[in-house]
Amino acid sequence: MPSVIQHLVGPRVPPDQLREHPARFAAPTLVLALARVLLLISIFLPYWHMELEAPQYPDGLFITAYVNHLQGDVKEIDGLNHYIGMRPLGEAARHERAFAVWAMVAMVLLMEGAAFVHTKWAVLLALPAVFFPVGFLLDLQYWLTTFGQNLDPHAPLSSSVKPFTPTILGEGGIGQFRTYASAGVGLWLAGVCSVMTIIGFYFHRRAFRPLALASQTGGAV
Amino acid sequence: MNRTRHTAPIALVLAAMAGLAALAPTEAVGQDAARPKRRAAREEKPVELTPGQVADLTRIANERKLTVDDLVAAAKTYTPSGRHDEYILFSSGGQSGQVFVIGVPSMRLLRSIAVFTPESWQGYGFSGPEDPVRERLRINGKMVDWGDTHHPALSETKGDYDGKFLFIGDKANARMAVIDLRDFETKQIVKNPLTVSDHGAAFVTPDTEYVIEGGQYATVFGYGYAPIEDYQKSYRGMVTFWKFDRARGRIDVSASFAIELPPYWQDLADSGKAASDGLIFVNSFNSEMATGGIESGNPPFEAGVSRRDTDYLQIIDWRKAEAAFKAGKAEMVNGFPVIRMKESVAGGFLHLAPEPKSPHGVDVSPDGKHIVVAGKLDPHVTVYGSDLIRKAIADKTFSGNDDYGVPILKFDAVKEAQVELGLGPLHTQFDDKGYAYTSLFLDSAVARWTLGGSAAAAPEGPWKLVTKTPVQYNIGHLCAAEGDTVSPDGRYLIAMNKWAVDRFFPTGPLLPQNFQLVDISAPGTTMPVLYDSPVGVGEPHYCQMIKADKLKPFTVYPEVGWNPHTMAPDPNAPRKGKEGIVREGSRVLVNMTAIRSHFTPEHVTVNEGDTVTWRITAVETTQDATHGFCIGGYNINLSLEPGEYAEFSFVADKPGTYPYYCTEFCSALHLEMMGYLHIKPKGDARADAASGATP
Repeated sequence: MPSVIQHLVGPRVPPDQLREHPARFAAPTLVLALARVLLLISIFLPYWHMELEAPQYPDGLFITAYVNHLQGDVKEIDGLNHYIGMRPLGEAARHERAFAVWAMVAMVLLMEGAAFVHTKWAVLLALPAVFFPVGFLLDLQYWLTTFGQNLDPHAPLSSSVKPFTPTILGEGGIGQFRTYASAGVGLWLAGVCSVMTIIGFYFHRRAFRPLALASQTGGAV
Repeated sequence: MNRTRHTAPIALVLAAMAGLAALAPTEAVGQDAARPKRRAAREEKPVELTPGQVADLTRIANERKLTVDDLVAAAKTYTPSGRHDEYILFSSGGQSGQVFVIGVPSMRLLRSIAVFTPESWQGYGFSGPEDPVRERLRINGKMVDWGDTHHPALSETKGDYDGKFLFIGDKANARMAVIDLRDFETKQIVKNPLTVSDHGAAFVTPDTEYVIEGGQYATVFGYGYAPIEDYQKSYRGMVTFWKFDRARGRIDVSASFAIELPPYWQDLADSGKAASDGLIFVNSFNSEMATGGIESGNPPFEAGVSRRDTDYLQIIDWRKAEAAFKAGKAEMVNGFPVIRMKESVAGGFLHLAPEPKSPHGVDVSPDGKHIVVAGKLDPHVTVYGSDLIRKAIADKTFSGNDDYGVPILKFDAVKEAQVELGLGPLHTQFDDKGYAYTSLFLDSAVARWTLGGSAAAAPEGPWKLVTKTPVQYNIGHLCAAEGDTVSPDGRYLIAMNKWAVDRFFPTGPLLPQNFQLVDISAPGTTMPVLYDSPVGVGEPHYCQMIKADKLKPFTVYPEVGWNPHTMAPDPNAPRKGKEGIVREGSRVLVNMTAIRSHFTPEHVTVNEGDTVTWRITAVETTQDATHGFCIGGYNINLSLEPGEYAEFSFVADKPGTYPYYCTEFCSALHLEMMGYLHIKPKGDARADAASGATP
């Protein structure tokens, strides 16, 4: 059994090397740790905003998406959407919102694991965090498209407002509304986390790849 | 070795993560308190007119025949779109039975508040025959659905407006109303059990412990009868102290009481404050106790009431009166406790001070030390010193007693000053520079004069007339910004003119009142009229002007299903998704919601003779997304403001097919926001499956 574990986690760092190159071995640990912290913080921050402007709303209408809930003028936007036959926003991405926090905690735990695994397979553990922000945007696009394209044909304004795809980032428009969508701080943090994870793996391989090569050729240290 | 060095921090990180995950906000949908405001800010850089713009302005002024003063007045009052007024005026609505809310300096009418008169826009009194509003308007079983609102009083804390409540009296019927300034709606009306009419109402004590209602025409307490020959023996005046329960936002009738006064026709009143805290001042104008009878060759009231050279200022120590009431010294009359004059005299809390004949207003200066009585038939204002009054009472410096044994303070012992202002002085207000302002009815002018004694601050020296500004015409009350509080603001003054004559386009023989905005910001003799504002919806009497930022009204009701009568969420309010029709025998309960642009349900079917109770919740949370609800032919119209819950009942005694619809234009599909009430004639078996009602 120990040999299986050893095989999976890869070679340990010999104490003399650690003393000799402390920065080399600390770098991947620190960078990946910071990435994990950023991802955790992002749970509490908005991932996506949409602002709707119309003449009769001098303060505008806002909707803010967090990984697990929506905030803002959801009720009013739902009320307006019923005229064009769009389903209530609360019906979108129910599963995603229910599992997001735990999925993100799991990603962080996997990255925690990646710091211990010194083989190249460690990269598999970090992949979810790397692709998370892209995944978020793809999922959002999926729901915006699904909701925008599947309008109730019997809605009051179905004759004047045809199915459409709301703009996920940047300016769009529907009826008398101009919409402005942008990424929130949380999504930016997740993006930074993704980039830092990639950088962390550069350091990871720089530190541990020679050890792995050495253990393959020269046996256990 | 390495592994153990790693595990301790890992355990910490794991624990921290679990904690973070537990803290993560859960599924929540609602208004984000921190949502940004994106109302476009107007450009606010200093104006610099180019020669071309000056030429344009000059041309426009000449075309419209405006003077330079007119241009300045326009610049001082014009309020651009979207900008709010700095002050809010609460004006009595006179015979309209309402209160008007007006912005200053724009003088724009913002809204009316229905008080003693049912008003259909606000849905006030149009919730069917059992409307609670109509029920509280009943007097002795009779529907009295109008009022003559006279004197609004904002609630005060330490003698300053706190912006929470507004009280107003109904002169015609001796009633008092409480308006909650969170939603600007009337919450309570109490009827004075003793008397028929009032005048000195409403005035509040400095912390709104009591709302004061002074009487007007003496009568027999409790709607009693006595011939006019028994006037002196049986007719009585009074002041009622309505206890205000601030936490409940209601007058507590059970803790209220009245003081019996001679039948001298009580007039205006004011509460002492600061130095005079604890005293109430009430004017009178028929100490002659004239009884009229022009038709029998007697002097008419107008002459008889004005015969003597002096009348009486009635001075009441309300804390001593309250103690006497609590000590059980009141007598029940028509179910209401009254402290008889004998008790008041024995308790030493009722005194009279002579005042020049038939005065009108009595107004207490900001520091409470000067009580200004306006002469009406005497060209002076007479100023009484509160210290002098207290000393005269303590020293018993009396010139005698009146016919009812009430001690009369010696005039010279309590009089501080008299200032000659002009003809027909009526009411006085104050500013922050040591000036007082008195309306002169016959002169049609506002007089500015200086206070003296402890309040002397103006450069012209004490007790001096400074200037008079003509107003158009026949000014009654006047109102300076917070001008009857312990800290007046100065700046603006409203002249409430009774006659407009030629000021506006003649709208037939009945003309509006004329509210004139007067600029009192500059000291000395400069005091121009800035703006004329017609009030064509009733004849206002007094008004009060409060700094707008002291008011904190709801923009929408705080929760969906809010009952404005209880100012709390109502457990009966229908929820979205829980609408429906419940039938129990001949009683039908309709649970309805309203949201842009539909009512749910849209079909309601009942049987002729059914008693229908109808509950509606406006499931809206957006500012100004108000709906109405009416049923034609059943005298029903509701105003359903965002979040509001309303209920009404009626007997469906006239069968037929009745459209009900939204009466407040709410949305592009407002006209479609309707439904049908079917009242099936007795014996008609056609079922209406859609309604869900079983025949």
